[in-house]
Amino acid sequence: MNPTTTTDPRPGPEQAAGPDRPPPLLHVDDLRCHLPTRRGLLRAVDGVTLTLERGQTLGIAGESGSGKSMLVRTIMGIAPRAARVSGEVRFDGVDLRRLPAREARRYLGRHIAMVFQDPSSALNPVVRIERHLTEGPRHHLGLSRAAAREKAVQLLEQVGIPEPRKRLRQYPHQLSGGMRQRVTIAMALACDPALLIADESTTALDVTVQKQILDLLQRIQRDRDMAVIMVSHDLGVLAGRTDRIAVMYGGQVVEEAPTPTLFAHHRHRYTAALLEAIPDTARPRHSALHTIPGAPPDPVALGPGCRFAPRCAAALPRCSTDVPHLEPAGDDGHRYACFAPTGLRERP
Amino acid sequence: MSSVMQPAPPTGSAAETPPTASRAARRGAKLPLWVGIGWIAGLALVALLADVLPIAGYDEVVGAPMQGPQLTGEPLGTDAIGRSVLSRIVYGARASMAVGLTAAVLGLVVGGFLGLLAGYFRGVVEATIDILAEVVQAFPPLLFLIALAAALRPSLASLTLALAALIIPSFARMTKGSVVAQSSREFVLAARAMGASHWRIMFREILPNALMSIVAFSVVVMALLIVIEGSLSFLGFGMPMPYPSWGGMVAEAKDRIASHPSLTFIPAFFLFMTVYALNTVGDHLRRRFDVEQSQL
Repeated sequence: MNPTTTTDPRPGPEQAAGPDRPPPLLHVDDLRCHLPTRRGLLRAVDGVTLTLERGQTLGIAGESGSGKSMLVRTIMGIAPRAARVSGEVRFDGVDLRRLPAREARRYLGRHIAMVFQDPSSALNPVVRIERHLTEGPRHHLGLSRAAAREKAVQLLEQVGIPEPRKRLRQYPHQLSGGMRQRVTIAMALACDPALLIADESTTALDVTVQKQILDLLQRIQRDRDMAVIMVSHDLGVLAGRTDRIAVMYGGQVVEEAPTPTLFAHHRHRYTAALLEAIPDTARPRHSALHTIPGAPPDPVALGPGCRFAPRCAAALPRCSTDVPHLEPAGDDGHRYACFAPTGLRERP
Repeated sequence: MSSVMQPAPPTGSAAETPPTASRAARRGAKLPLWVGIGWIAGLALVALLADVLPIAGYDEVVGAPMQGPQLTGEPLGTDAIGRSVLSRIVYGARASMAVGLTAAVLGLVVGGFLGLLAGYFRGVVEATIDILAEVVQAFPPLLFLIALAAALRPSLASLTLALAALIIPSFARMTKGSVVAQSSREFVLAARAMGASHWRIMFREILPNALMSIVAFSVVVMALLIVIEGSLSFLGFGMPMPYPSWGGMVAEAKDRIASHPSLTFIPAFFLFMTVYALNTVGDHLRRRFDVEQSQL
């Protein structure tokens, strides 16, 4: 683990651009986001370390309350003002957290962009679509109003909205849900970001529209060679559309692997339970659906030991007292944190 | 008197007709609104054109004193000195509305800005503005204004500024509530995620969404200010000497109310109608643009 006491935002030694290796696009190191509440300290994100290279897609999976939305918001720097954040967020080698606010804001929307979950509330109801799309390019890229408007038309065409010029003059309530989500995607793409974060961006849509939007995102990503972080509670959304998946529970990453490996050779009990919970049409009719008993842990009152232990069917006595750490399994980057993994016998 | 400083909650009046009511009933329910709009528009027009209208000056003696409304001659009669009641009503309207409007606008700009700051930044900023607002609102308003009038030489400017100062805390509180509600909406977070500065978010994202509630509120505030100004003038501490005022006219005529009731009731009627009109229109606007009820 690298010490995080440096105050210098410029690349550290292990991330420096060298003749052999450019820094990863995004490197998150021991990121924590704690919110003081009346009931105690809410550990929404509690020590997450991730790396993402250019052009890769990382999926972040987990239940509601696992901290995945808070994680990406902390990465972007838009966590609640009262939150205490520690750790590093290195984008292209630069620690965004150590930058003064005005510098950090230059990255937001320009190099890192976010697509939000509910398009109806992510768009300002009293602002026309044109201004939604041109604000970013005019501010970050310095485009003139006319140039930005042309760019907006192109963006709308790219996301598959017909009659783009007519749509520019309209207000958000005049568009359907699917179109609004396409507009938010277009907004995120406006300044050609290197990293796109999609936070549950299809949850508020119906299934047919969901597939269209996901296909669109995939196509755009391929065309622009853009890195994508896709946050979802739905593993089905992440399968086949991501290079790697990180499973989060209780504010921590409990397993991370290349996507095929995660589905075929997962080790953590929570991952196994998640996959089992997916309804399987091959099973006989009327068989009971597998659920995970209990509820996600209270982020204010986390017990000792593994956070999943209270709900884990295979929990050992050790699981309630010692905290498992992420250990590698195999050489393809698969890591997991479990004392009683599936598919293996208990580790010493 | 402090209860007067908080505008009354919306009366459950006209626009509450159920959707199943007949079209005529719904149109009838809108009648008070149209009366209100018509009155305000008419009064504003007359007040603006006062100088070019064929009426006497407000200080001119035009005939025998204490004459009631006549068909030929003065339509509304003359007062104790023989001045035209009609002219004094018209010029009084101009004075009252000018003071009311200016004080309301001043209150809106200053109070609205303070409310925007308090609602967006929260924390220390909000606490400070809250405390200042409470201190000012704790003052009994009429007493404060009377003391001010006694201490300084009353002028239109000092009256307007004093009224504005009294109404700023109400605007600040109202705006703060609206801004706090808007700040939690997701497009504000989205704007932050696009790198917008605090000022940009406040003025280009939050304020446009809060604006209509503030405007509706300010119409009701104007009604309040006209009542306060009328009360002050009635007591003799309002409009400085040359300017006529409805409240002042009531004060002058109240001793002769038994013999010449029109002199008292005409200015009182105008006061009543103006406040009623502003309240009705303001209520209607408030109901239409209440963010929680509308789909915006």
